[in-house]
Amino acid sequence: MASTSNMFLYSLSILPPSAISQAVLGAFSGKKQQEIVVAQGSRLTLLRPDASQAKVQTVLSHDVFGIIRSLASFRLAGSSKDYIIVGSDSGRITILEYNPTLNKFNRVHLETFGKSGVRRVIPGQYLACDPKGRACLIASVEKNKLVYVLNRNAQAELTISSPLEAHKSHCLVFALVALDVGYENPIFACLEVDYGEADQDPTGKAYEEIEKMLVYYELDLGLNHVVRKWAEPVDRTANCLFQVPGGTDGPSGVLVCAEDSIYYRHSGRPSHRVPIPRRKGATEDPNRRRVIVSGVMHKMRGAFFFLLQTEEGDLFKVTLEHEEGQVERIRIKYFDTVPIATSLCILKSGFLFVAAETGNHHFYQFEKLGDDDEEVEFTSDMYDPDHMEMLAPAYFHPRPAENIALVESIDSLNPLIDAKIANLTDDDAPQIYTVCGSSARSTFRILKHGLETTEIVSSELPGVPSAVWTTKLTAEDDYDAYIVLSFTNGTLVLSIGETVEEVSDTGFLSSAPTLAVQQLGEDGLIQVHPKGIRHIRADRRVSEWPAPQHRSIVAATTNSRQVAVALSSGEIVYFEMDSDGQLAEFEEKKEMSGTVTCLSLGEVPEGRIRSSFLAVGCDDSTVRIFSLDPDSTLESKSVQALTSPPSSLCIMSMQDSTGSLDPAAATRSTLYLHIGLYSGVYLRTVLDTVTGELTDTRTRFLGPKPVKLFKVVAQGQTAVLALSSRPWLGYSNPLGGTQGGGQYMLTPLSYPALEFGWTFSSEQCPEGMVGVQGQNLRIFTIEKLTENLQQESIPLAYTPRKMLKHPDLPLFYTIEADADTLSAETRASLISKAVETNGTNGDTTPPHNELPPEEFGYPRAKGHWASCIHVIDPLAKFPLQKIELGENEAAFSIAAVSFSSQDDEVFLVVGTGKDVVLSPRSSSGGFIHIYRFLENGRRIEFIHKTAVEEPPLALLAFQGRLLAGIGNDLKIFDLGMKQLLRKAQGTSIAPNVIVGLQTQGSRIIVSDVQESVIYVVYKYADNRLIPFCDDMVARFTTCTTMVDYETVAGGDKFGNLWLVRCPAKASAEADEDPAGGHLLHERSYLQGTPNRLELQAHFFPQDIPTSITKTQLVPGGKEALVWTGLQGTIGVLVPFVSREDVDFFQTLEAALRNEEPPLAGREHLIYRSYYVPVKGVIDGDLCERFAVMGGKGGEGKRERVAGEVDRGVREVERKIADMRSRVAY
Amino acid sequence: MADKLRATQQLEQLQARYVGTGHADTTKFEWVSNIHRDTYSSYVGHPPLLEYFAVATGEPMAKLRVKFIEKMIQPAGKPPEKED
Repeated sequence: MASTSNMFLYSLSILPPSAISQAVLGAFSGKKQQEIVVAQGSRLTLLRPDASQAKVQTVLSHDVFGIIRSLASFRLAGSSKDYIIVGSDSGRITILEYNPTLNKFNRVHLETFGKSGVRRVIPGQYLACDPKGRACLIASVEKNKLVYVLNRNAQAELTISSPLEAHKSHCLVFALVALDVGYENPIFACLEVDYGEADQDPTGKAYEEIEKMLVYYELDLGLNHVVRKWAEPVDRTANCLFQVPGGTDGPSGVLVCAEDSIYYRHSGRPSHRVPIPRRKGATEDPNRRRVIVSGVMHKMRGAFFFLLQTEEGDLFKVTLEHEEGQVERIRIKYFDTVPIATSLCILKSGFLFVAAETGNHHFYQFEKLGDDDEEVEFTSDMYDPDHMEMLAPAYFHPRPAENIALVESIDSLNPLIDAKIANLTDDDAPQIYTVCGSSARSTFRILKHGLETTEIVSSELPGVPSAVWTTKLTAEDDYDAYIVLSFTNGTLVLSIGETVEEVSDTGFLSSAPTLAVQQLGEDGLIQVHPKGIRHIRADRRVSEWPAPQHRSIVAATTNSRQVAVALSSGEIVYFEMDSDGQLAEFEEKKEMSGTVTCLSLGEVPEGRIRSSFLAVGCDDSTVRIFSLDPDSTLESKSVQALTSPPSSLCIMSMQDSTGSLDPAAATRSTLYLHIGLYSGVYLRTVLDTVTGELTDTRTRFLGPKPVKLFKVVAQGQTAVLALSSRPWLGYSNPLGGTQGGGQYMLTPLSYPALEFGWTFSSEQCPEGMVGVQGQNLRIFTIEKLTENLQQESIPLAYTPRKMLKHPDLPLFYTIEADADTLSAETRASLISKAVETNGTNGDTTPPHNELPPEEFGYPRAKGHWASCIHVIDPLAKFPLQKIELGENEAAFSIAAVSFSSQDDEVFLVVGTGKDVVLSPRSSSGGFIHIYRFLENGRRIEFIHKTAVEEPPLALLAFQGRLLAGIGNDLKIFDLGMKQLLRKAQGTSIAPNVIVGLQTQGSRIIVSDVQESVIYVVYKYADNRLIPFCDDMVARFTTCTTMVDYETVAGGDKFGNLWLVRCPAKASAEADEDPAGGHLLHERSYLQGTPNRLELQAHFFPQDIPTSITKTQLVPGGKEALVWTGLQGTIGVLVPFVSREDVDFFQTLEAALRNEEPPLAGREHLIYRSYYVPVKGVIDGDLCERFAVMGGKGGEGKRERVAGEVDRGVREVERKIADMRSRVAY
Repeated sequence: MADKLRATQQLEQLQARYVGTGHADTTKFEWVSNIHRDTYSSYVGHPPLLEYFAVATGEPMAKLRVKFIEKMIQPAGKPPEKED
């Protein structure tokens, strides 16, 4: 193995991608409820919109380890359940079914049709299903189309036929949709172009005459073959198709959307055409034509309509008037504006789900359908249906939303463009600062590890309480009746009702502090106080058990039938409720060797009369388990030694995939003993229900304060609340996927530190928690267990390009630029001109007032750039200053440089390009702007700018001067009075364009846009920049970081992560000679530098890495490489320390590939080796599937995998969990 | 002889099934066009890559996708005059 690599990394994702490439709607659970399945990178996620709460819940997220390219849902006739078809890069068609009881996707069919990978002629790009669920067509961009017939067999199981081919060579497909033909033969419509002739014609005439065709492919169900039934030329600019309802619901056929027009087409029917209205406004170009980018058709009560979206996000409602299968006219009118969507879904419950292309996904509620408003309507009567004719343009005025109202915005980091990790708030763990989004919807986001909490009550109390409990009055009560607060000298009881008020006639002893409160038996209450135990019966009769003379109670634990208390003398007294509801003391007291610090009984398991174990923590750093069985009461069962005295104990059973099966609830659960230590360490060990032995201990440091543990309920599952220097919640990940949840998670709450906590349940808040913080009583709930990173955002103006943290201060500087967008200056001048010519007349509507760009975007115009620099205060969450760049300049690079010639004063340096054209790359020059920091960096002031030949795409502070990558040259500048002064230059350092720079000492790592990284050394004596080592693989570098002096980690545009290292000899030689004469005259090797980099590790995570940093994510954790991806992924690469761990995980990974093959049929190893064979990286995401695999239908899988690595299931689980908790969340 | 025939047949089969499989007389134009078409279809087929272009240019992904497929029609300009 050593020959493959001597470095091994463990790849884990912290945050899955949030981009949605497609969303499909269906009743996947087989119930009435509609659900949405979305493709997010390599993940399939099931979302359940909740109409009553107007929220979208994530139910399941499954990594298929493949590129999901297309999705479709279908339903067999007469069934009520929708299936999902996945077109992926596996060269196979996958049909999935969602199993709601196990909460997992089941693969029903997997049919191979071609090579794997995303290829031109391998189907998978387009997918369409007959609306009656009888057939599906899967097509590639060029040539190939396969039709599968779907049916059911005698057992009512879904069957799939062998594929029928409908190939046509030299044929490019632009869009594909299934026609609604009722129960006639299924028909699929394609937008196609045949390039065969144009490829042969040197005159170019054939190319000019190419027509785009609308083609119908009919599947003859009787003859079982596919024919190209009908082909008709359509508008050359046509780009998408929409199904028009057929059969009894409508006229059938398709809507063909092209530039500026929407057509209705069907074979043998007259066609119709309406224009796509253009925005009217002072800043709008009246000649710019719009296209439809997405849309949705919705059927309701015999009628149907379309919502089609243009490239600016404007939704248009399109309706068809039809009679006897003939379309009479099309109507189109402006509906509302929403973010540009990849998919739109209209739910029957009256909601619209917008899977946004960039930024947050939106969930809207329909308020009306735009039926009777004053919006201008355009009908096809006025327009010629012939696509060769030009159309008179139509215009509309965009306006704020009238028909839909936003009810939920689902956080999405997509596209995540840059990130920095820093601890600016002095918390335990650092925060992740990112810039994401595009155009006016872009944001600066702060990500913090923690669960979101919603505060319900926070009220000040007369004193500082030491503890709080809530209790019901009887066992049957649904909600709590009392809040009991314990102070140093007394107890206060509050009743919960409409209002919370103090009550005094409860029977509770108010003159002493309380140690425990419990609802006992049917209708009794227990109060444990230092001098005794008070048992309050329903009729307010009180019986009291006094503590023995000269001793007091120091610790107590209770459950609904048992009480155990520890006395100051170290004795334990145990009580059990007898048949007539009395507390009976067990005669013998158990004497402990030291002082008891904490006790725990655990709940009485259902159907039993007692919990059979008592856990006792003593100040000699041990925890002992005693039996409570009648024949062996208080007999010691086991002992666990600890590193510090325990401060809190909690026995509770939790959902767990390895535990014993509870047939009633169909979940598995395990009895755990949770231990909190005075040192701030939290342990979780499995408590054997029969022998009482403690096994499988997992440890986690929570904070410097002693840990207190409480059993709480969050989102329907029992969880443990652990309080240290901040509150934490231990729960099992609800997105697990198998019965009984998946991995155990321990996440801090984003809530102030609490001293005590308890559950709280009332009618308004059934699953709350109550806590004491200083003098305050706080009640809060936890809304979501699915997201353990919390986001806060600050709006930005344009698409962010890069961000920079001030070297010393907690401030960020972002540069933003939008291509083909009018700059603020131009917009303002256009508006003022319009106002001048027309006069305002008190009119506040457009063109005189700009609409908010966050919703409506900026007006676009070819060749214009809008760009700005923002100063951002991440602590106050506020942008401090915005500097708009004029003269068609766009900012591309940023650096903070301390110039030694200016007494080490730090300046902000921004590299811009003028009149930049992205493809093919050109510009009329570049500039380097210098800004001075004012007011402690809170403002910046422009000093001067220096013209350079090309836009500088990389800037870096280097030895008290500025290093700039300009085109393929490296230049070193010093700061002068009027402009920058060039001090050194290395020409043609990179083969193409320098896009990134890193440095350590005199070494500079230059990243090229296409050709990986080049190691360059700066020779001060000679003032020369000499490249000495480069790579042999062309990597389209996006980001890099130096892991050590020799090693660079980076990512490329195709979604790879890699580590390359300079050979030790070359590295040493480069630094040997201060003059560099030797290096300069060394012979070039194969037209490159004399040395080549060695590949250390390579991995394909699919998402395009946009930033990579070597840092620590958790307090006391190891350093790891944290990377962020364009689609919103955040991942880590953790170096392995020991060889044994590497061997273990390699074997585990291999076993998992066999036992848990990816859902969409892609080979895991081949997927991770998409461009370059995976090297030195173990896929932690696959390893973590271990926690959720198995379950019903997969019995014994986990045992087999564990057998492969010669460990127990629990030990494997622990090793996997440790890998994560050591470095990440 | 039979072996040679079989090899030819196999090659023809490959060429029919997999667009772009070369042969002894592949011209530079054919080769370049083929590479370009493969490239564009890769841009369209990999969602993150398409998004990368979309973010840089500020155009919606749906529009870019059509633009790239449109470019596949004649990616390397007009074919050269045949010399015969």
